[in-house]
Amino acid sequence: MNTITDPGDLPTPAEAPGGLPGWPDEGTERVSLAALRRRLARGAEAEGLLGVAYREVDSPVGRLLLAATERGLVRVAFEREGFEAVLAALAQRITPRVLEAPDRLDAAARELEEYFAGRRRAFTLPLDLALSTGFRRSVQQRLPEIGYGRTMSYRRLAELLDRPTAVRAVGTACATNPLPLVVPCHRVVRSDGGLGGYLGGVEAKGLLLELEQHREAA
Amino acid sequence: MTMMQPFDLAVRTHGATVLRVCRAVLGPGPDAEDAWQETFLSALRSWPDLEDGTNLEAWLVRVAGRRCVDVLRARGRQPVPVEQLPEPVVAATAERLGDAEVWAAVAALPERQRLAIAYHYLGGLPHVQTARLIGGTPEAVRRSAADGLRTLRRTYGAEDGHGRTDGST
Repeated sequence: MNTITDPGDLPTPAEAPGGLPGWPDEGTERVSLAALRRRLARGAEAEGLLGVAYREVDSPVGRLLLAATERGLVRVAFEREGFEAVLAALAQRITPRVLEAPDRLDAAARELEEYFAGRRRAFTLPLDLALSTGFRRSVQQRLPEIGYGRTMSYRRLAELLDRPTAVRAVGTACATNPLPLVVPCHRVVRSDGGLGGYLGGVEAKGLLLELEQHREAA
Repeated sequence: MTMMQPFDLAVRTHGATVLRVCRAVLGPGPDAEDAWQETFLSALRSWPDLEDGTNLEAWLVRVAGRRCVDVLRARGRQPVPVEQLPEPVVAATAERLGDAEVWAAVAALPERQRLAIAYHYLGGLPHVQTARLIGGTPEAVRRSAADGLRTLRRTYGAEDGHGRTDGST
């Protein structure tokens, strides 16, 4: 035997049993790991250990990450934000007990799918606004009042909030909306007719407004 | 500083290693899967209090070790039940053996050899830490791992005509 010499050395699992045929196959392991992870998510939920559940879904504006606490949907993220970074931020700001757990997000995934198919105009999901505070939060709370297929300018929104000079702050509140799509910050545009910015990209914003206007007209 | 990383990252990064360890200790099947589940549930419980900078793989393998011991105790018998010892494989020269046969061969090892191999080779724990888990001295654990691996090599080394007796290399 020449493989074990130093009690402190750490052979990697892959090289350790060198020369042994038939060492467990990675492929079959991956399959059962997926099943084990689903079971773990359910076990964690049952024991109240699932702080933040997340799942990914496909959409016309790219892949989305959905995350929920026990109180409700807490984050919707676009792929360009970097899902790993989004999960790390959730761990920092809410709890590190973050697990992929699709079940808790079934309703959110379904409502979003209906929205993109043009069959849903308002979301009825419970929301957890833990990620927004102060003025940003009060801006974000007003956004659902802008009707489906409508738009409002940053300036007008500032006036409605009795802060007519806070146009920039309103813009920032929209840009940092932790729940895009569901909280419709895409309906806020510039007074000069420009779209303004969007966390999911200006193209995505245009696409959403087009979808809604098309449906509204239909 | 306590742990602020998403727990999910630990599952994705170390889930496979922990599963290999559980299977080596308990045999493939429901017991190993239960132990995997219990390992990650109890890790999730203590996760927010864990010291940042902990060696996660070693920590998880130690947790898995304790959960596996629980399962072994609960079953009230020590060695893994192996219905039949692996038969010498005759025609498997080029073909890979099925998982089941390898695990059966691992399971057929004396318990201390099996645990030493599981924690050191599959779980990446230094022999010193394995010794803390299963008792005995690090030197004895190192010998058990070496003996077990030699037995496994013999089991598979001799069947295809390319076998070599130990020490001839």
